[in-house]
Amino acid sequence: MRVTGKGLINRDKQISFSFDGKSYNGFEGDTIASALLANDVRLMARSFKYHRPRGPLTAGSEEPNALMTLHSGARQTPNVRATAQEIFSGLEVRSQNNWPNLERDVMSVNDMFSNFLSAGFYYKTFMWPRAFWEKLYEPIIRRAAGLGALSGLHDEDMNEKAYAFCDVLVIGSGPAGLMAALTAARSGADVILAEDDSRFGGRLLSEVEDVDGKPGHLWVDDVIAELSAMDNVRLMKRTSIVGAYDQGTYGAVERVSGHLRGAHADAPLEVFWRISAKQSVLAAGALERPVAFPMNDRPGIMTASAVRSYLNRWGVAPGKRVAVFGNNDDAHRTARDLAAAGVEVAALIDSRPDSGPSGDFPILTGAEVIDTKGRLGLKQITVRTNAGMQTISADCLAMSGGWNPSVHLTCHMNGRPVWDDKLLSFVPKDGAIPGMTVAGAAQGVMSTAGALQSGLEAAKTALAAVDAKVADVTAPQAEDAAYNIAPLWQVSGKGRAWLDFQNDVTTKDVKQAAAENYQSVEHMKRYTTQGMATDQGKNSNVGALAVLADATGRGIPETGTTTFRPPFTPVAMATLGAGARGAGFAPQRFITSHDMTVKAGAPMIEAGLWYRPSYYPEKGELTWRESTDREVNMVRNHVGITDVSTLGKIDVQGPDAGAFLDFVYTNMFSTLKVGRVRYGLMLREDGFVMDDGTTARLGENHYVMTTTTAGAGEVMKHLEFVHQCLVPDMDVQFISVTEQWAQFAVAGPKSRVLLNRILDSEIDNDSWPFMACGDVSMGGVQGRLFRISFSGEHAYEVAIPSRYGEALYAALLEEAKALDGGSYGMEALNVLRIEKGFITHSEIHGRINAFDIGMERMISAKKDCIGKTSAARPGQVAQDRDRLVGLKPVTPSQKLMAGAHFYNVGAEATRENDQGYITSVCYSPTMKSYLALGFVKNGPNRMGEKIRMVDALRGVETLCEICHPVFMDQEGEKTRG
Amino acid sequence: MVNLVAKSPCAALLPLSAGNVTLTEQHPDALTSVAPFAEKEVEVSASLTVTHGVAYPAVNHAVGKDGARAIWFGQGQAMVMGGKVSDDLVQLAAVTDQSDAWAVMRLQGASSADVLARLVPVDLRSSVFAEGDTVRTELQHMMASITCVGTDCFDIMVMRSFAKTAVHDLHAAMKSVAALSI
Amino acid sequence: MRLTCPLCGERDRREFYYKGDAIALNRPAPDAGTDAWDDYLYLRDNPAGVTKDLWQHELGCSAWIVVERNTVTHEVLSTALASDVKKATK
Repeated sequence: MRVTGKGLINRDKQISFSFDGKSYNGFEGDTIASALLANDVRLMARSFKYHRPRGPLTAGSEEPNALMTLHSGARQTPNVRATAQEIFSGLEVRSQNNWPNLERDVMSVNDMFSNFLSAGFYYKTFMWPRAFWEKLYEPIIRRAAGLGALSGLHDEDMNEKAYAFCDVLVIGSGPAGLMAALTAARSGADVILAEDDSRFGGRLLSEVEDVDGKPGHLWVDDVIAELSAMDNVRLMKRTSIVGAYDQGTYGAVERVSGHLRGAHADAPLEVFWRISAKQSVLAAGALERPVAFPMNDRPGIMTASAVRSYLNRWGVAPGKRVAVFGNNDDAHRTARDLAAAGVEVAALIDSRPDSGPSGDFPILTGAEVIDTKGRLGLKQITVRTNAGMQTISADCLAMSGGWNPSVHLTCHMNGRPVWDDKLLSFVPKDGAIPGMTVAGAAQGVMSTAGALQSGLEAAKTALAAVDAKVADVTAPQAEDAAYNIAPLWQVSGKGRAWLDFQNDVTTKDVKQAAAENYQSVEHMKRYTTQGMATDQGKNSNVGALAVLADATGRGIPETGTTTFRPPFTPVAMATLGAGARGAGFAPQRFITSHDMTVKAGAPMIEAGLWYRPSYYPEKGELTWRESTDREVNMVRNHVGITDVSTLGKIDVQGPDAGAFLDFVYTNMFSTLKVGRVRYGLMLREDGFVMDDGTTARLGENHYVMTTTTAGAGEVMKHLEFVHQCLVPDMDVQFISVTEQWAQFAVAGPKSRVLLNRILDSEIDNDSWPFMACGDVSMGGVQGRLFRISFSGEHAYEVAIPSRYGEALYAALLEEAKALDGGSYGMEALNVLRIEKGFITHSEIHGRINAFDIGMERMISAKKDCIGKTSAARPGQVAQDRDRLVGLKPVTPSQKLMAGAHFYNVGAEATRENDQGYITSVCYSPTMKSYLALGFVKNGPNRMGEKIRMVDALRGVETLCEICHPVFMDQEGEKTRG
Repeated sequence: MVNLVAKSPCAALLPLSAGNVTLTEQHPDALTSVAPFAEKEVEVSASLTVTHGVAYPAVNHAVGKDGARAIWFGQGQAMVMGGKVSDDLVQLAAVTDQSDAWAVMRLQGASSADVLARLVPVDLRSSVFAEGDTVRTELQHMMASITCVGTDCFDIMVMRSFAKTAVHDLHAAMKSVAALSI
Repeated sequence: MRLTCPLCGERDRREFYYKGDAIALNRPAPDAGTDAWDDYLYLRDNPAGVTKDLWQHELGCSAWIVVERNTVTHEVLSTALASDVKKATK
């Protein structure tokens, strides 16, 4: 029911929305909960376990009950807290966790069996028979569990990530936060003020009290106006600080467009901020806790502070006859506010015997609510007083069990809050988060005047830490009443008394946990699921701890504290994963010939971040194998070209360049002649192979190293490590030139013929012998030519500055076609290199040393190098290590499988009998057989031996012959020709 | 003689604009990595002053203007934009032509720092990052060099092969920032 | 987590690559013997307290950095260029 003359909503702007298909009106500034309450809708949800009818318990983001589903179709968003979601015109809201509807929910039958479904029910019940778990119990439980549901459709909303920086981050904008922000801002500090709510002001929006001689919310408006005008202040409302991390890093979720209708399509739904703050002031306030009295969960029963929020901020009376129950003076304030607004106060029930009258309404002191009635909403309460029982009719009950300071963020780095006997709650431990000062109610300062002063002081502390001069600021006049509270943790009586409303954990469950020896708070929590709902125990932890303390005969501080972990409020996975969806998951790197390659119909495969052509299908070819076989034959008989720009290229320059390369490679490079290329093997310090590739000497102090595509980043890091950490006195510099050059392999018997049609001056075998390199000119552009081969053919790699990459590729392709050649892809490249026994990272996979690949003689005896000492350990050169061999099927058409293992003929295919494994496989059109490279125990000494290949996964078994890893042209005549 | 046509890294990708921010490709005459050998920085600086009118830049700084600029590019390394460096410089420094290795983009407009705040984990607001400041950092998921070359004006360099993704990421952030101010 | 690169200043952890204990700087001589090499390659303390790590400012200036930090409090006590640290030990 809307109350005339109350609230900070905009009554000029009516907003229509729907709840469960029915249309309602609210005003601008309303949440779903306030608008529904204004329409006398109290039933908003069903609880998780017993499907109990529920209304809102709170008026903020800590809400455990009123969770709803927004929108339908792809944008369907479950578990939205109705107490925090603002309404907008056309908003579609649905209740959840019920069937067929909210009023008649079939699953509420669970409530009748609550005696069976209490704590530990699942653990005890679904144990036997064992086989039932997977087939029967789990599917049923999974179907029954969960609150709202996702649509299952692709999420069309966009989220974003962003970074922000400041001197002082102020978390919360109640009196303490505003005062802290104002002080820091006036002192010239770079300030971010973050507020979880849609409006700045905190409790000042919900209480009837003056600050600086004017209504609190007007003082808020003035402060916000001043802050907005300052360049050094960033105001972030609808922004929840969800986590505190090392070195002043804070995670924050900003709700950008979820409260707007038809927001701009490019606007994100939410932004996940990483805020780096030199200092922070935590002014997150406090949360009022419910009282655990019997049947305290009916719609219409809510915290007293929520009742005041609905009344004072939203102009809504949550009931026509409201009763108030509490153990502290805020209960009186609630009754006074209601009476002043003309709402009937049925009774004020104060558990304290010595409390006096405080307004024009009935008061019962030393009294407790012990029962309630009303299936879908509160109708009546039963009160126990010294004089006996009394029933009172009421459709709303405001309960106040005292305040819990919002210590949550102070726990995120393992800080444990400490118990305060006067406040009857936990307060933050000093210094729990380095650089964070806690102020106001979050620190246990409960009066408005105290909070303002505390915010000011906290700002001073923060400013001192960033060496900022503090401006002359004084806290304004405000309410300064004492906070009087007496313990009231649970009320004895017949019915169940809820602690955790969403997960349906009652005082009985906690006592049962204690009785079954789950006496540690961490055990109790997991046994009962208390604190594991979406509010993460914000409403129930302290109460549950008190009940556990009572049940185990300990004091609260001895029983334990709760550990709050990030996030402070639930964060959507889509928000955490913002920017990393689809193509945004990883950057894409494109070769200069990419567009032409895609146009030619070549499927692209990922190689690291790069995209490389798999094969180039021609008309009539139905499978990749047909294309690949053709491309291999083309290279072997004519000429083929392929883009090899993705291989890492590192410029190594300096007076000590040669010496440095000698140190990182196993073989010598200082002795390499200028204009020549040498194959190099690079080890890790533990003796295993890191990478391989060719290095060319372009000048006396100038080399260019090539790495594998996958190894480029790792090798660069390694070179920098070796230089900076091991030999910093060597005068050498590395610069990646991978991107400077577009490089193409030209391979096949006609490769030189083709090149001579492109190069400005012709080459021959004398001017450009095998392993020669140097500058060449093409179309007047200076490039580089390397006579190297990864196919075993007469081959070159030609490089040109990348801007000409596409043009050169086009020219090479045209000439290749004229010579019966063309492009070849990674599949053909792989076949060509396997036929020739060249290794890749399939072979040098991290557990392979130089000896294993037959390259131990490449470790020069004349010098030290990285990995040399380790490579010489006895175990590293044992004959029976898995060593590189070639393998071919005894019947050529029989398949070989990558990853398959070897067993001796006649031996069982078991782990103990393992003789090795296959690393690379191809069908060789040249040899008309499947071929493989692999590692076999003592392989080089077992040439000609037959061995069983078993692929247990795919069910393939092939008898193979162990052979030399070079299947063709072992003398290298083709390469040198 | 074969006719080779040049293509810039962002050809067909730029220019783009959204809201008050524009993204354009820059075409410096040449990009040259200059990494001075041991104790040669002063001589390198002198050489650059002759050829480009700029000194070797201090850490996190860029010197010069469009046409001739030296940007600190990492430990012991500068990127010289503009004409060719002296042939003799190879005696003093590792000199590497990088003219084709990097895509150079310019992000300009009142909200350009807000756009970068969505992609770059470094504070680039004008109060802390002004003309002549440069950083090596990350742009979304890729290595980048970002230099403030004027008020609300940044030169962003990413490796050439990343150009398409960089433009996509920048454009998405530009559009989002533009949408927020509507 | 944020680390201060001696060159670039304070940066988010995402720009850095972690290698491991800064013992990596103390490469034994080739003939130092099996135990010394075993220590260097494989044996690591796992202190609850101050430790020295080697990080690289991979997405920044590429400098390798010795970071002294406390594994219990997560406090970063100091950072220094690895090349300076190495040169100083000679």
